[in-house]
Amino acid sequence: MAEALLNLQDIRVRYGDLTALQFSSLAVHGGEILAIIGPNGAGKSTMLRLMGLLQQPSEGKVFFRGNLVAHGEGLSIRRRMASVFQEPLLLNASVYENAALGLKLRGLDRRSVDQRIRPWLERLRIAHLADRRARSLSGGEAQRTSLARAMALDPELLLLDEPFSSLDPPAREDLLVDLETILRKSTVTTVFVTHDRDEAFMLADRVAVLIDGRILQLGAAAEVFARPINEEVARFVGVDTKIPGVVEKVRVGLTEVTFNGGNAAVVGDLRPGERVILCLRPEDITLSIPGREDLKSSVRNRLAGKVVKIIPWGSHYRVALECGGTRLIAFILRPSLLESGIQEGGDVVASFKATAVHVIRRN
Amino acid sequence: MGLIFDGIREAFRLILTADSEVLGITWLSLQISGTATLLSLILGMPLGIGVALGRFPGRNFIVSLINTGMGLPPVVVGLFVTIFLWRSGPLGFLELLYTPAAMIIAQIVIALPIVAGLTMAAFQTLNPNLSLQLLGIGASRLQLLWLLCREAKLPLLAAVMAGFGGVISEVGASMMVGGNIRGQTRVLTTATVLETGKGNFEIAIALGSILLLITFAVNLILTHIQQREQLRWPKPS
Repeated sequence: MAEALLNLQDIRVRYGDLTALQFSSLAVHGGEILAIIGPNGAGKSTMLRLMGLLQQPSEGKVFFRGNLVAHGEGLSIRRRMASVFQEPLLLNASVYENAALGLKLRGLDRRSVDQRIRPWLERLRIAHLADRRARSLSGGEAQRTSLARAMALDPELLLLDEPFSSLDPPAREDLLVDLETILRKSTVTTVFVTHDRDEAFMLADRVAVLIDGRILQLGAAAEVFARPINEEVARFVGVDTKIPGVVEKVRVGLTEVTFNGGNAAVVGDLRPGERVILCLRPEDITLSIPGREDLKSSVRNRLAGKVVKIIPWGSHYRVALECGGTRLIAFILRPSLLESGIQEGGDVVASFKATAVHVIRRN
Repeated sequence: MGLIFDGIREAFRLILTADSEVLGITWLSLQISGTATLLSLILGMPLGIGVALGRFPGRNFIVSLINTGMGLPPVVVGLFVTIFLWRSGPLGFLELLYTPAAMIIAQIVIALPIVAGLTMAAFQTLNPNLSLQLLGIGASRLQLLWLLCREAKLPLLAAVMAGFGGVISEVGASMMVGGNIRGQTRVLTTATVLETGKGNFEIAIALGSILLLITFAVNLILTHIQQREQLRWPKPS
């Protein structure tokens, strides 16, 4: 693993009696993109302010490149970082002057500023707006200016606090794509905070799930999304189907779990009688009309039920099922829905592989 | 009506012939109120900024004090400054009563809360996250303060105008602590009161017109600065 660029240790942040943030350690490694995800009020922005040395923790230490950052000596290190916030607040000046601000604050001469600003205005596709007053910009343009202002500083650490959440969907998607390209090319170490799982999944190498001020899970993005460690994380990372059950039988390589209205074969190191939650992602469930399912497939689990609701969901449909008292959520593509004849109130069979089930132990 | 026209004609004559007494009174008014405004800015702006941006015990009390101070009647200010500077008063040993210095002190007491209050209001109109964002791109504390002042410059200049306007036009305090002594502490407002009392309306109107002209000119200059929005960072070609 690369050297830790930033290391937060034994951190606690209190606001009066309320503990907003508490964790023993979090390291940001050089060159990585770390996403901090969590619901609103989880302490994400506080975390980013700590990292940006914009706030002192009530307890704990911050190390930058292995050196302890002492109270009051933040400026020189702060100048090796750059932050971009949810709401881009620009000065009442032109786009160019706003983008140049960080460099001006560092005392660079005009020529050097110009040399460093121009490419970023181009890359963020706002070069044609250089002379425009910042106050006349759209939300997306303002956020691009704010990003240019940060990227032109060539920071060792880039901190992004929900940079897309104040934008309308088209502007958000455009900027997301541009930012991904920029981040992949620049290899700047980036920490970004979001409550949007898709953004995290698209951009991040690693994901930290922050709920109620605590880091509940930290790991590779794919790992966190596929294997949440508990119910709270599962709920947040988008596991829609969570079935409480009890381990019935354990055989070599396969475990049987019973739950309200059925049972399922799963994989995991479990003991009989253990209380568990079975997590299923909607894209791992296949739907078919009874009698038409592919019985020759390797799928071990089939649950019969009824379709409760079908909702359009972007490029596909989200189907809610009731299988003997257990609720399941599945995705189905539009053509598949039409071909299969699945409809609201109709009978259906939900199939999923034993390996698709992620098992969480209940306390 | 004749009285008014005569007064205006006399005013023009006094101004155009550069009457030495009128010029002296005008110059003294500008000196006293200019100094008082300047000192009020030096003291009041940091106070207003500190209260606007700071969070400390007793902050609400200070805000209330400043807001009350913004409406202080000049006569009351004159009364208390007189008592303080009276021969047997706490600051009597300074022997400042009936001097321009006493008038400056009284005018500072009047202008300081106005400047502090409007500065406070100016900074409170700024988005509270702006400081965080500026620090987030590497501003030092001093640079942050400078940038915030620049962002709040429109309402800040309003504070300057209101402070100056408040003291150049007040009469009660200047009369009481200055004594309206000819050639020493006689300013435009106190002279106008005196001449009106004596029935010398031509001179009173002349002095009043000059006062109006000064107030207008000062505000015109400040408004010009206020409305000139361009930053002073020309872009390299």
